[in-house]
Amino acid sequence: MITLDKVSKRFPGQDGFAVTDLSLQVDDGELVVLVGPSGCGKTTTMRMINRLIEPTSGRIAVDGRDVMEQDPVQLRRGIGYVIQSVGLMPHRTVGENIATVPRLVGWDERRIRERIQELVEMFALDGGLIGRYPSELSGGQRQRVGVARALAADPPVMLMDEPFAAVDPIVRERLQEQFLDIQARLRKTIVFVTHDIDEAIKLADRIAILNVGGVLEQYARPEELLRAPASDFVRDFVGPEPGLKRLSLMSVADIDVEAGPVVHPDAAADEAVAAMEPFGLDWATVLDPEGRVLGWVDRADVTGRARVGDADVKRFAAYVTSGSSLRSALDAIVSNRTQVAVVVDEQERYRGILSLEAVAKEIIT
Amino acid sequence: MQPFARAVAWILSPAHWWGPDGVLTHTAEHVEITALSVAVALAIALPAGLYVGHTRRGEKAAVWTANLGRALPAFGILGIVFPFTLSLPGFGFYPTLIAMVLLAIPPILTNTYVGVRSVEADTVEAARGMGMSEVQLLRRIELPLAAPVIVAGIRTSAVAVVATATLAAVFGWGGYGRYIFDGFYQNDTVKILVGAILVAALAVVTELVLAVAEHLVRPARGAAAAGATA
Amino acid sequence: MGSPFDVAWIAAHLSDILGKLIEHIELTLLAVGIGFVIAFPVGIYCFRHRKVYPPVTWVTGILYTIPSLAFFVLLIPALGISIVNVEVALVSYTLLILIRNVVAGLEGVSEDTKDAAKGMGLTRGQILWKVEVPLALPVIVAGIRIALVTTIGLVTVSALLGYGGLGFFILDGFGNYFATPVLVGSVLSALLAVVADWGMLALERWLTPWRGGGRLQVST
Repeated sequence: MITLDKVSKRFPGQDGFAVTDLSLQVDDGELVVLVGPSGCGKTTTMRMINRLIEPTSGRIAVDGRDVMEQDPVQLRRGIGYVIQSVGLMPHRTVGENIATVPRLVGWDERRIRERIQELVEMFALDGGLIGRYPSELSGGQRQRVGVARALAADPPVMLMDEPFAAVDPIVRERLQEQFLDIQARLRKTIVFVTHDIDEAIKLADRIAILNVGGVLEQYARPEELLRAPASDFVRDFVGPEPGLKRLSLMSVADIDVEAGPVVHPDAAADEAVAAMEPFGLDWATVLDPEGRVLGWVDRADVTGRARVGDADVKRFAAYVTSGSSLRSALDAIVSNRTQVAVVVDEQERYRGILSLEAVAKEIIT
Repeated sequence: MQPFARAVAWILSPAHWWGPDGVLTHTAEHVEITALSVAVALAIALPAGLYVGHTRRGEKAAVWTANLGRALPAFGILGIVFPFTLSLPGFGFYPTLIAMVLLAIPPILTNTYVGVRSVEADTVEAARGMGMSEVQLLRRIELPLAAPVIVAGIRTSAVAVVATATLAAVFGWGGYGRYIFDGFYQNDTVKILVGAILVAALAVVTELVLAVAEHLVRPARGAAAAGATA
Repeated sequence: MGSPFDVAWIAAHLSDILGKLIEHIELTLLAVGIGFVIAFPVGIYCFRHRKVYPPVTWVTGILYTIPSLAFFVLLIPALGISIVNVEVALVSYTLLILIRNVVAGLEGVSEDTKDAAKGMGLTRGQILWKVEVPLALPVIVAGIRIALVTTIGLVTVSALLGYGGLGFFILDGFGNYFATPVLVGSVLSALLAVVADWGMLALERWLTPWRGGGRLQVST
């Protein structure tokens, strides 16, 4: 747990405060993102936690111990640290870079080797990279090595300053996904700094939005921040389409799926029409005997046919699964001619449908 | 430091200023050979350096010249040139001049070439895109941006020539070296010191004057000057 | 002056030549060695205390500018004609080059690398010895390389004081109007410089496996 209690920072020779009276609590296993425009003191705040910068006033504690009462070098060895440019030591191989803190704290070589191997696998890095120098890596690999290095001695707490900002958007997306997977397993206590609100929304358990001078505007879960911004500043910073952004935070599993009309290929035309009626729809999903989705037919398709399977079964443009975000469900709704999103499981077995109304209800409440 | 004080007094006494062995005469000789050598070296090395830097052709030759220039001892250049120039008229002058020119070329060539080459590719690209001809590009972009580095090369050359021209007295040419070698032969410590003090002073003055010149040609918003790196 | 290249003379003087070559190498290594022992701590000190750096470069710059012959001569009243005289002058020349390269090398280490190192909990001493010095090594070694090559050239001049290594032959040849010793002295001295240059380049690459090749030196 990290606690900031009325922390202020004023740099010598500067008029204003870089951080003003900031109080925050980061719970164990929580990923908190500090976000704000340049000059909002987010990096300064983060760097005060491992005493790379010392606060002018206030108290910062990690696991209940005041950082100012600890030896800064020892403190830092217990806190993972990743910066935007990564700062890998160019004269040390990937393996040696990862081994930095374990060596400092005196692990034996066998344990270090095993740990390097474990991290390389965790970050899906090629084992051949261990003996390479940082200059021989791609941007994405370097960022992953940077995060792996910070995790090397398994610190409970991590500080990350725009660790994914230096790579292109596609690589960044992949790194974020991978990082979320790893964090889901490790449950580190993380303070993460970024200027990118979308990255914050995607990664954070809670977001602290800071204004210029290190003034805390709002500290809330991403979903709450989007639904109820505390100020005009937050509303502006969150940017356009807050409703859509909230949908991207919620998954299909979060809302109830309607059963929807279904029919088998062997069913008669009347049965198909009978299935549609209770839902007030003029189409039905066609399922095979195992419950897999074959496509859909409307009333006109089946009229005059002996069985549903004789009609032209049309395919849906998109499916969603329970893990999909509501935003992609909405996309499926507007892409399908039936105006619903068809929910399937991993084996493409039918689970139900989502209507526009059901999704819209989530944005409004 | 009795001899040292006496040497300074000797230099300051107007009685020793004029005449064939006077301070002013030897100063004129020393400055003359330095200026002439650097001018000739500049006339050769500057166009060559600009050409190599701009076209990137003959880079290997430039690098070799630079390395050779660094490896050959200044004293040795004199030595190698000497036997081949004995037949030329003006005993002492031509061997010295040729040796000094050879000594002065490498720093100017290297710095010109590196100075032009290290002008940012984007700057050159943008200038070309605006329709500058290659000559305009060289004159308006590359030369001004490389100027401080080029002048630094001239400074290195000039100071080296001032120092080495002293040794030319061995061949019978004048300059401050006259005092030093005559002093050695006559076992006259004061005379040796007179030469040493004068040549040290001239070298420092040359260094300072060209350092100021280097500062003056620096473009307003600092073009990257070459540092003391390899 | 006789034939510029008299093989018989060389054959007759082989052991002399070897002796002077060894003397040349000894004078050079002694000067650069002492120079480095002085310049390395001074460079680190200048890097950490920036105010000291300009006066240090100023003083060493003046020393560097004074022509070698003048320097040797100016030291005669104080030190007489001795090996101490020669070495004091030679060491003085190495200082500017070495100190400047130590400082430039340390300055060249990226702030991010140092920040990351500090953030991971390296002490100030560990950052200096494990990060800054290793990363500055290529530039420092380049400085040693330039100092070696420069000193090899300057040693020839000290022949005037009777300690010149290969410079002895150059001076001797001048004195006797005989070209062969002049060529032997000059060419061997140049070769020695080239060998030292290549040797140091190889050492530099070997010490810094994380980098590509060397670059061209610019005089400033």
